[in-house]
Amino acid sequence: MINKYIQKKLGEIKNDLELFDDDLDKYEYIIDLGKNLEPFDMHEQKEENLVQGCTSKVWLVCEPKENKLYFKANSNAQIVKGLVYIIISLFSNLSAMEILKTNNDILEELNLAEIITPNRQSGVRGMLKRIKEYAHAFKEENK
Amino acid sequence: MYKNDFEYFNNTRDVYLDNAATTQKPAPVLSIMTDYYTKYCANTHRSNHSSANKATSLYEQSRTFLKEFIHARHDHEIIFTKGVTEGINFIASSYVASRFDTVIISSLEHHSNIVPWHMQGRTLHKGLEVVKCNENLDFDLIHFEELLKKHANAFVSITHISNAFGKIHPLSEIINLTHKYNAKILVDGAQSMAHLPLDMQKLDVDFYVLSSHKTFGPTGTGAVYIKEEHLKKCKPYQTGGASINDVSFKKSTLLDSPYMFEAGTQNIAGVLGFYEALKYIKNIGYEKLHDYEKEIYVYLYKELSHVEGIEFYCDTKNSIGSLSFNIKDVNQEDIGILLDKQHVLARCGHHCAQPIMKKLNIEGTIRVSIAFYNDKYDINKFILALKKAIAILKK
Repeated sequence: MINKYIQKKLGEIKNDLELFDDDLDKYEYIIDLGKNLEPFDMHEQKEENLVQGCTSKVWLVCEPKENKLYFKANSNAQIVKGLVYIIISLFSNLSAMEILKTNNDILEELNLAEIITPNRQSGVRGMLKRIKEYAHAFKEENK
Repeated sequence: MYKNDFEYFNNTRDVYLDNAATTQKPAPVLSIMTDYYTKYCANTHRSNHSSANKATSLYEQSRTFLKEFIHARHDHEIIFTKGVTEGINFIASSYVASRFDTVIISSLEHHSNIVPWHMQGRTLHKGLEVVKCNENLDFDLIHFEELLKKHANAFVSITHISNAFGKIHPLSEIINLTHKYNAKILVDGAQSMAHLPLDMQKLDVDFYVLSSHKTFGPTGTGAVYIKEEHLKKCKPYQTGGASINDVSFKKSTLLDSPYMFEAGTQNIAGVLGFYEALKYIKNIGYEKLHDYEKEIYVYLYKELSHVEGIEFYCDTKNSIGSLSFNIKDVNQEDIGILLDKQHVLARCGHHCAQPIMKKLNIEGTIRVSIAFYNDKYDINKFILALKKAIAILKK
């Protein structure tokens, strides 16, 4: 199931990416997206916040506000930062239940196969898994 | 100059600089594999019909050719495997496991020559020792001798050429020292045969493992050279069809080497392809191949040296094939993606050699690895793409 909010966000990102005929231009855009990530506390760049399966390092933390979850992330690679920005912008500002109900293969909608190479797909799965783990933990704590 | 021999280059506009990962295959390799599957596809060493006989005959010709190619003495010293990883695991299990107290490896090993030893329960300083290297990644012969002195019952397992950095180990000195202390040695030749001629007699090595796919042959094929005097001490680590002399429910008796070590149906097309790859190299000649490749390698290093922020990890004096580097303040994975998008294929990452990356305090490198079919056009295109990638990432 894909939440309407995510569907809308996906559509926007997809449209933006489709504007580029040239792959390098598309990647420059993705790199620029990564620059929009909120500042990430250096103290949070620790082992326990590392996402498993990524070829580059990705740190992810969750900051709940009221009933919504917000994610912050960082990476040591610029292109990955852009991809991370796309993923967390899809899932931030949702409730734990909305996140847990979201189908894991929503990123296929973005047609990112060219960008998320087979080696990187395990990193994306790792990010989604970690996001859902945060959502699950939040749901359990607030039963 | 040689690209026309490789169909791959007719089908792509990519610049292929990832030869340490795998090499492209010349037309005769593909032809013999297609011929095998389309004209005389049959199992070897079993049936007696014409196709089986032809396949068996070519399979054994491949063994004899490889024996001569690497100057082994006997056909039965050549065991076909599915590659270097299987070759090392085979010797680790069949010969080394319970025979040696200590295994000595170098700092530059790839995972295939580290993990099998860990799987035997050996850990650093508890059955496993690592020879130091200096800041230029040169093998520390003094430390090596100290280790041999300290560990009386040792097996040495060392790569000939580092896959990550292209550094050539001083093999003659290493083998001489090994034998001086009555130790035995396996050399991992994954990266060697695409660049250097091999002579088992001159090297006087005990075990040497080879890769087909890194030597212009098909994937899933390789070989182990076992010096004859060690054959009787090697136990097959897998058994089954075609490795037996006689089987009853009571017991099994095995054939002699090489068949006792080649249980089950082998990668017949792969072995024949490997054979053609070696014939192809022989036809060109290592001297010609080496001279040409060296010119490209030196040119690559020179051009790279002008790139702002470049950080090499060793000089090219004792290196071949691969060049590893980083660009200051730029992640190598980012470079890899942007090179790929400009149709330049290189490998960025830890190159299955995480321990040396950790020692150098880096996550990985950008590795450019050439073969004799690469030319200055490839290098120029790579340098342009690299500079563009850096410009994008530093914007």
